[in-house]
Order: sequence, then structure tokens, then C-alpha cells
Amino acid sequence: MNDLVFTVLRLGFLILLWLLVLSIIGALRRDLAIGGKARVGAPTAREIRKNPSLAPPPEVPAKQQAKTLVITEGPLTGLEHPLTASPVLLGRAQEATIVLEDDYSSGRHARLFPQGTRWFIEDLGSTNGTFLGDAQLTRAQPVELGQKIRIGKTVMELRP
Amino acid sequence: MSELETTPVSRRNMELLLLLLALAVAMAAYYLVGINSDGGMSQEFISQGLILAALSLVFHVILRIWAKYADPVILPVTVALNGIGLAMIHRIDLARTTDAAFRQILWTGVAMVIAMIVLWAIRDHRVLRRFTYIALAASVLLLLLPLIPGLGVIINGARIWVRVGSVLSFQPGELAKITLAIFFAGYLSSNRELILLAGRKFGPLQLPRARDLGPMVVAWLVSIGVLVIQRDLGSSILFFGLFMVMIYVATARVSWIVIGVLMLAGGGTFAYLTMSHVTRRINGWLNAFDPEIFHAQGGSSQIVEGLFGLANGGLLGTGLGNGSPYMVPLANSDMIVASLGEELGLIGLSAIVLCYLILVSRGMRAALGSRDTFGKLLATGLSFTVGLQCFVVIGGVTRLIPLTGLTTPFMAAGGSSLLSNWIIVALLLLISHNSRRPILSGVSATAEVATRAPRSGGLFGKRKESQR
Repeated sequence: MNDLVFTVLRLGFLILLWLLVLSIIGALRRDLAIGGKARVGAPTAREIRKNPSLAPPPEVPAKQQAKTLVITEGPLTGLEHPLTASPVLLGRAQEATIVLEDDYSSGRHARLFPQGTRWFIEDLGSTNGTFLGDAQLTRAQPVELGQKIRIGKTVMELRP
Repeated sequence: MSELETTPVSRRNMELLLLLLALAVAMAAYYLVGINSDGGMSQEFISQGLILAALSLVFHVILRIWAKYADPVILPVTVALNGIGLAMIHRIDLARTTDAAFRQILWTGVAMVIAMIVLWAIRDHRVLRRFTYIALAASVLLLLLPLIPGLGVIINGARIWVRVGSVLSFQPGELAKITLAIFFAGYLSSNRELILLAGRKFGPLQLPRARDLGPMVVAWLVSIGVLVIQRDLGSSILFFGLFMVMIYVATARVSWIVIGVLMLAGGGTFAYLTMSHVTRRINGWLNAFDPEIFHAQGGSSQIVEGLFGLANGGLLGTGLGNGSPYMVPLANSDMIVASLGEELGLIGLSAIVLCYLILVSRGMRAALGSRDTFGKLLATGLSFTVGLQCFVVIGGVTRLIPLTGLTTPFMAAGGSSLLSNWIIVALLLLISHNSRRPILSGVSATAEVATRAPRSGGLFGKRKESQR
């Protein structure tokens, strides 16, 4: 094997190595902006065709539907959770939908679930109870927009 | 949770493409070593390359089945690093007529299979949280194992090895870094609030209460104490760094960094003054080119020869199989970075460093995307250990910091290090899978949990009474 071939192979290997690094960086390009708009937002028609589960739920002509759950007081103040068709588990356990970092809440504290056009809240046998407005929950009750739900030190409400 | 609206793209095809490119890099490295050796391409080269290719493709298929949404670049980067390491070890074998590459490919196989088992058995990293205190006990046990007479052996002045039979030697401290990361993550994710809220103000710093930190400090003392007894500086730095980063990430308090740096400075000065092997390391670092220190037993000859090798490589390197990296002691383990730097040059070595950077940043990305505190902390801790190891090793070889005996992840010859780093990769893949996985509406895991009979007191039992 002569010197020229060897030099070409040696440099070729370095190029190959950099090709790997650069193509990895290229593959990650859209991911470099954390939480960027690239993958978030309304799915396109093509994405819906590939993943039917992404299709937005059919609009129900209701008076005004709750779209987000907003935490107004407590350790997680300011957190907004978009409501979809699935129920929301509130509590301190890691498997909860919203993990309340609140020492006064139980692991599985309460459940917020949709029925028809309304959202209901149900206490799951918590230690310190769940309050809707000023009353402690004894059974599942419908939640109106803007009504305060209190769990431990956390207060949240539904917003359109 | 914006993840609800993101498109669930698995990106496994991208992974396959990058994996093939990574395998091409590994094969090319093998090929270059082969054509530059006197024996030419041997059967062994081809079979070792094929084993690596087959194993990584199986790993890829496993990811398609069990961790569909895992990060697409972690596996290719790891395979490329592992492959280049294998080629370099083989190259040094040829010059020294040793047989480290065979052991290395064997351990690569074992490590990848165990990583696949970890993927299959754990599925959801959150189950590890249940083993918080078991992980603490396991770390202590693993660290104490080499001290048991008859089982532990002393190699290169450090008592960190366990030998079973006459062939199988193992460094249990390597696995302890994973179990310690699990313990720190579990403990801090449960007690974060208490550590954050309680405590006295001391000027601008808020100091935590002593009893909140009891288990943490005990864990720290045990690991550092054992390592001072075992005389292994590298792992000691690694565990301390892991501890500091995880507690800083959990609490976002600068006071921890201040306390940690003070402890590090105090401990470092103490070790320099009292422990002969630390004194030797620091002298070899500061006055490496002093002839007296260069020729001394355990002096700076290793690091200086490594530097000569790097200088010989220059910008483009001498080409794989064409330099003389085998002249440096431990050229295929502790000093593999110098060997690679000599044969691939600055350009090749920077590509390798970038690969590590990508790996660590993907781990951090998985931590950012993770939906639970435990996953966030675990991914941060694990990827940080990889990053810190690289920094300590490459910094040591290039004489930025004193040389310590840590292994270059995925590259250095050594089974225990390969095994633990592949397990780390499996855990990072799992965490990234769980953070990118779409939450299905309708019958989701959450719904199942919620409809089950409620347990009073929650997961951790009663904590406090209501304030009302």
C-alpha cells in the first residue's frame, strides 16, 4: 500500500468521523431550541392522517368550555394545564397528571374528569380533603368556570 | 404540559441511519488498523466488527419494541465511541502482543445484553424510585466489597478491585455510581421541599436543617471515606461531583456549591499534605517536566509520554496503526485518549470530545423533558457522571488537572466501566422514552390509577395535619 493511498484513507477517516458528528447535530437541529415551536402547536393535516389520535376533539357548541386548569395559589402558582378529553389526577404521587408539590396533599388526592360538556371533581379519599369554593367535597361535583378548587395550600380554577 | 400536543414521532429510522454511519466509522477504524499492521486484515478484525454491528442492530430493534420514543442519537454515539475504542485497543494489542481486545469485545457483548435486559425489565424508570434506600445499601455494599480480605485485590495501588476465580476481576465502584445516583434522585425528589423551605438564613445563604441532610451526609461520608481507604482519587472526585450537582439541581441553591467547593478545597489540601499518592500526583502535574520527577517511581513519565504522543500526532494525526502510542504505560485504558490523540490528531480527538458532549447534552435533554422530579434528577446525575469522567480523564491526560485513575467511558479497556456505562445509556434511553412518549387520551395509565379504590393517606402516608 503506497503512501498516497494511506494518506487519503487517513484523512478520509477523519472526514467520516466528522460526518457522523455533523449529521448527528443536523438530526438534532430542530430539538436545539427547547420547547420551541417546531414540534409543538396544532398538528398539520398530514400529521393527523398519520396519527388519528392527534385530531383536535370535535367542537361542542357549549356556552363556554373550560380549556385550561390554572393554579392560582400554592407552590405551583402559574402552572397552566391544558384540558383534553382525559381525566386529570391531582396529587403528590409521581404518576399524577399534575404532581402537586404540596405537603398537605395526598399521593392520589383528587380527580378532575369530563362528563358531557362539564368537568367534575371527585375526592379520592385524601387525608386533608378537597374544597370546592368553601365546601368540602363529599361526592363528585360539577365545577363551574372560575370556581376555586383547593387542595392543601394549592388553589386552582378552570378557565376557558 | 405541552407534550400532549406534540406529534408522537418515534424517530427510530433516524436512529437506524445514524447507527449505520456510526458502524461505518467503527469498521473504518478497524480497517485502517488492519491495513497498517504487518499481518494485514485478519479474520479476527472482521469477526469483531461483525459482532459489534450485530449487537448494536439488535439493540436498535429492542428500542423499536420497548422504548419507541427514546432519543435517536444516544445509541449511535455510544456505538461509535465503543467501536473506536475497540479498534484502538486492538491496535495496541498488535504492538504489544497482548490480548485485551478479545476481553473488551466480550465485555461489550455482556454490557449490551445487560443494557437490553435493563430496558426490558424496567420499562418505566419510576419504579426505581421504590428502591431508593435499597440503592443506598447496595452502593455501600459495592464500595465495601473490595475491602473484604480474599476477595479484594490491590492493582496499581488502589484497592478497588474484586477478583473471583483467577480471571474475572471487577471494579464494583463503577456500578456504585449508578446506585448512588438512584439513591440521591429518590431521596432528593421526596425531600426537596423540606430541604428548600426549612433552615436558617446565614447572610445571603440559606443553610438547610441538619436532620434533613442526615442521610445525605452519611451517604457522602461513607463513599468518600471508603475511597480514601481504598486510595482511589478519581472515583472520590466523581462521587463528590455527583453529590454536589444533584443537590444543586434539586434545590437551585448556590449555597450548596459554595459549601461543596469549600469542602473540596479543604479535603484536597488535607489529602495533598497527608497522603503520599496524592502528593505524588499533584507534583507530577505541576512539575511534570522536572527530570527528577520524570524519572521517579510513579512520577510524571506516563503523563509526559502521553503529551509527547499528542504532540507527535499534531493536527491530523499519524493515522490509525501508524503512530507509537504503545510506548505510554496503560496506553489502552487510562491513557487511551492520548493514544487516540496521537493517531487521529487534534481534529479526530475533537470529534470524539464532541461525541461525548452530544451524549451528555442528550442526557440533560431527557432530564428537561422528563415529567417527574425523580426522572429529572436521575437523568441529570447519570449524564453528569459521564461528563465529569470525560473531563477528569481528558483534563488529566492533557495536564489541565492532576491525572487520576478514572476510565474514559466506552473507550478504555475494562469490563466494569463498559458495563456500568452501558447501563447508564439504557437508563437515559428509558427516561427519554418516557419523556417523549405521548400520553394517550381516553384509557390512559392515569385514568386507571384514578379509578382504583382510593387509598387513604396517599403514597407516603400522612405527613402533616391541615392548617385549618
